[in-house]
Amino acid sequence: MNKARRNPVNLIAAHGILIAYTLIALFPVFVILINSFKTRKAIFREPLALPDADSFSMIGYQTVLKQGDFFGYFQNSMIVTVVSLTLILLFGAMAAFALAEYRFKGNTLMGLYLALGIMIPIRIGTVAILELMVSTGLVNTLFALILVYTAQGLPLAVFILSEFMRGVSDDLKNAGRIDGLSEYKIFFVLVLPLVRPAMATVAVFNMIPIWNDLWFPLILAPAEATKTLTLGSQVFIGQFVTDWNAVLSALSMAILPVLILYVIFSRQLIRGITSGAVK
Amino acid sequence: MAERRQIRWHIVVFLTPAVLVYTAIMIFPLFNTLRLALYTEVGQMREFVGLQNFRTLFGDPRWSDSFWNALGNNFWFFIIHMLVQNPIGVLLAAILSHPKLRFSALYRSAIFIPTILSFVIVGFAWKLILSPIWGIAPGMLDAVGLKFLYAPWLGKEEYALTTLALVSVWQFVGIPMMLIYAALLTIPEEIIEAGECDGLTGWAAFWKIKLPLILPSIGIISILTFVGNFNAFDLIYAAQGALAGPDYSTDILGTFMYRTFFGFQLQLGDPHMGSAIATAMFAIILIGVCIYLFGIQTRMRRYQF
Repeated sequence: MNKARRNPVNLIAAHGILIAYTLIALFPVFVILINSFKTRKAIFREPLALPDADSFSMIGYQTVLKQGDFFGYFQNSMIVTVVSLTLILLFGAMAAFALAEYRFKGNTLMGLYLALGIMIPIRIGTVAILELMVSTGLVNTLFALILVYTAQGLPLAVFILSEFMRGVSDDLKNAGRIDGLSEYKIFFVLVLPLVRPAMATVAVFNMIPIWNDLWFPLILAPAEATKTLTLGSQVFIGQFVTDWNAVLSALSMAILPVLILYVIFSRQLIRGITSGAVK
Repeated sequence: MAERRQIRWHIVVFLTPAVLVYTAIMIFPLFNTLRLALYTEVGQMREFVGLQNFRTLFGDPRWSDSFWNALGNNFWFFIIHMLVQNPIGVLLAAILSHPKLRFSALYRSAIFIPTILSFVIVGFAWKLILSPIWGIAPGMLDAVGLKFLYAPWLGKEEYALTTLALVSVWQFVGIPMMLIYAALLTIPEEIIEAGECDGLTGWAAFWKIKLPLILPSIGIISILTFVGNFNAFDLIYAAQGALAGPDYSTDILGTFMYRTFFGFQLQLGDPHMGSAIATAMFAIILIGVCIYLFGIQTRMRRYQF
């Protein structure tokens, strides 16, 4: 092997740069989290100190829990994200299977049609989407958000899943057909379990943008009962902007669920990105 | 495949849900928005006016000034991302792909954390940190003797947009890092070793061997950045509000469209002018994607290993 690649100075420099950037990446999150547990005085006097016995306070969290319906917001975000992901995966996998498995007239055209949405952001159509939701009475329902996110997620899901489904062995499917399985059974029983890793990739790719979206909740479902966590914390912070304890606590409460999800799914997410799912 | 004339219903069943939702919620509203840009409202009635809205948008100084301001800001926002986010992403990926590096998974996960946070969190967190009231930013600059550099960046017209662009860079640097990292991993060891035999090591190896091989990934990152930036809204809205202050200096197309569509303060919302702006955004994104697809992607050499 080569000397240059084992050079310890290079390795130390590499660690130095990475540690420096990691600090930059984590510093704001860290500052918000530690200060959310401090008294107002301590927040201003020593913003970088950890909370100790003197400066510890939960007053911000008390205000947040009293004034804002954060559990309701959380529940809304959860419903929207989970249902949208389920629909994206189910509908996306079905369409991907049809495109990957069968030869029929217009197959390529249909694939291109569905792929259009990968590059064109759905937000461009917001004016007409709102009009559509108003005329169907879906404004201020979670269902409106679910529909929009499903439509937004489908193009990439179909694209990624059909790439993977082309790789499933034909022998297996034909064996199933000889055994008399219907096409539906072949899809649900034979193919779906084999593309589970790709499904997980699609799920984590879609999860974060749906959970974090501010635009569509703001426009389609701004009512108190349908606020998502992102919109809810935005509105809450806007109202309590001078109450630093409450703002910092609200921010921390918004960070926490995403951070937990990330810890659970980060390996999947990173493997998904690095396995070249996006080409 | 024998029964060709018969309709194979399972294909229809498999395709219908996705095509239906996608067409009804995405494609149809997209074209409907383009169509609505050709109408206006006259006393509760919708009236066809052809290209009048666009004439207003580009011709009437009250509108065109805001539009060109937002477009110019948007380009600056994009340029900062291209000049700062993507080089940092490539650099981090290059370091991470070093075969002898330990803890690389840990670094990767940590550096990716800002990307998973919502714009609301990122916007407010940085607003608080940079705020002169709290004093974290001036305090830290003071500690290294650079306090004279401090200014309330988000409140100054000349700095606010650049500051927000850098905040956005901070948030999204993880994406180019991951994609380039993935691309670097696919380069076979033999090629690197062949380079070493010819005396190419370290940075020379990176510039002469690896960089040309990851150019397609850099192209993809550029177009993803372009589409993402020209469609951005949330960060500006969370940090500066719909008015994109101070004095519209952080206004980009997304916030401009939002204000026009929904109205603000005394001005009423106008869905038709909003559609016209959306149409302009659509055209810009389409031009960008076409330049990428036909101008860049087809000329790039791809290597198969």
